[in-house]
Amino acid sequence: MTIQAPEIAPSDARPGPDVQREVRIDIRPMMQTKPDVQPTHAAEPAEVVFKLTYFSAWYGTFRAVKEISLDIGARRITSIIGPSGTGKSTLLRAFNRMNDLIEGARVSGTVTYHGVDLYAPEVDPVEVRRRIGMVFQKPNPFPKTIYENVAFGPRVAGVRGKKNLDEIVESSLRRAAIWDEVKDKLDGLGTALSGGQQQRLCIARAIAVSPDVILMDEPCSALDPIATLRIEELMWELKQNYTIIIVTHNMQQAARASDETVFLTMGDDRAGYLVEQGPTAQVFTNPQNRLTEDYVSGRFG
Amino acid sequence: MTGRTAALRESPAQDAVRRALAGNRMQLGQIWFQALLMAALLVALGVLVSLLIDVFERGGQMLAQRGVDFLTASTSSNPTIAGVGQGIFGSLLIVLFVLLFAFPVGIGAAIYIEEYARDTILTRVLNTAVRNLAGVPAIVYGLLGLAVFVIIAASFTGGRSVIAGGLTMAALVMPIVVITTAESLRAVPRSIREAGFGVGATKWQVIRHHVLPYAAPGIFTGSILTISRAFGETAPLVLAGGVLGGFATRPGLGVVETLQGPYTALPLIVFNWARQPSEEFRQLSAAAIIVLLAIILLLNGAAILLRNRFEKRW
Repeated sequence: MTIQAPEIAPSDARPGPDVQREVRIDIRPMMQTKPDVQPTHAAEPAEVVFKLTYFSAWYGTFRAVKEISLDIGARRITSIIGPSGTGKSTLLRAFNRMNDLIEGARVSGTVTYHGVDLYAPEVDPVEVRRRIGMVFQKPNPFPKTIYENVAFGPRVAGVRGKKNLDEIVESSLRRAAIWDEVKDKLDGLGTALSGGQQQRLCIARAIAVSPDVILMDEPCSALDPIATLRIEELMWELKQNYTIIIVTHNMQQAARASDETVFLTMGDDRAGYLVEQGPTAQVFTNPQNRLTEDYVSGRFG
Repeated sequence: MTGRTAALRESPAQDAVRRALAGNRMQLGQIWFQALLMAALLVALGVLVSLLIDVFERGGQMLAQRGVDFLTASTSSNPTIAGVGQGIFGSLLIVLFVLLFAFPVGIGAAIYIEEYARDTILTRVLNTAVRNLAGVPAIVYGLLGLAVFVIIAASFTGGRSVIAGGLTMAALVMPIVVITTAESLRAVPRSIREAGFGVGATKWQVIRHHVLPYAAPGIFTGSILTISRAFGETAPLVLAGGVLGGFATRPGLGVVETLQGPYTALPLIVFNWARQPSEEFRQLSAAAIIVLLAIILLLNGAAILLRNRFEKRW
């Protein structure tokens, strides 16, 4: 990849109160830095990976997201944006049943994955998570060696033999664009790496089990702009083989690094709901909904 | 200081700033508070040190005179030949019972409470009960041991035996094991668990490979404290049948018979000797205290070494 570094704007680039209200984030120059960002998929519709129908999620009595219906296409990057507390992470964690781990969490409506109901009683969440990997907001490598970080997933999936594991570890680290930095210290602690390296290690760990989908929950929020850029480049490469869904607070990131954008906001009951979904270029330059327009132009949020 | 700054003139407020920044106020409150804290520390240390000095003054000479003989000899009514050999043996046996029963059960219970049990009213009641059990006075456990292990389970324990004493001690420290283990498990960051689940590990795999190794040093530290407690506790053993005499040593006695027979423990010997009117036994008691302290220090040291090794390996 020879991508020219786009200008990285600070994450909270909204205009202050005294700034002219009509300020609009001009994403076109950013989009041009990546020639393949043009909505090539518009020609042939992508296969549907996830389909949500009237999906709601509760924590106890609190409904975090409300009646969301949307489709997620294969081998493209879908970003979920919206103000804080609108259930973006909750929605993301519904795709691999990560919310099951939280006491009192429950869902209604349906989430299908390649047409199969993810919340059907016979579905094993462990198998779901093996196919739908996750990268978290804060880099969370295991406090073990770099090798062990990557090898753990394949090992619990039943891969045996040092040679097989060695191969998976190397190819995963290579695909996560961190091999050259860590190949001489695979026995070093994963937690001793820098923040950006840790996050790429976590991405390597996620792809080591050959998932179909990678969920990313604000993967760059703890990283500096250079590290952020590297992760975005990496996402761009990974989307050749994986379906990626990313939650981000950073609108520039959504604009420059995704094909499809989902915008959530919350109603009076504080439950997040879907306002608009569409090709990223459209959501940012020609939003169909007034709320979306206000948000992407920095008028609220 | 030339170049760009040369164009700037010196600040006229310099003197005023210097005066304002100078720390000329006596912070009396702070000094007082510090002195108070220091005094608290000295009082605590002072009591401990004076106790130690007292014990060493009374028992040190006796211990030096008798040497290894004191450590191996049996208890006796004759102070010139009495020793703590049987007490050391009994106390180590009791620690063994704690290791065999209290640790597996306590650690298992803690893993269940923290990792598996759903947050129901029953779990909360259980949790509170365990916490309260840890605060129950040792003498109450002695009564429990007397009722359950000495009397009801006599056919298995042999009545007033080291089995009954060891099981009583295991019951006494079990809530402490549960609490310290549960605290260590709770301290494992959620991000580690989520990372494990995120790559498709099962609950047991996450616990086995990530949660337990992460919590292990904390569990070890708790265990160290527990062993010391079990080694030094006296009251439950008095009730659960420990006697001054010590183990039966008839020839031809099997292991089971020995375990089911009478026993003694180091703190029991200290307790009994200290009650004797004669000066020699007081000195012996002090010497036994020194032995007790030394063994506890040794056990703690060994456990700390073990823990550090474990931490490094990980």
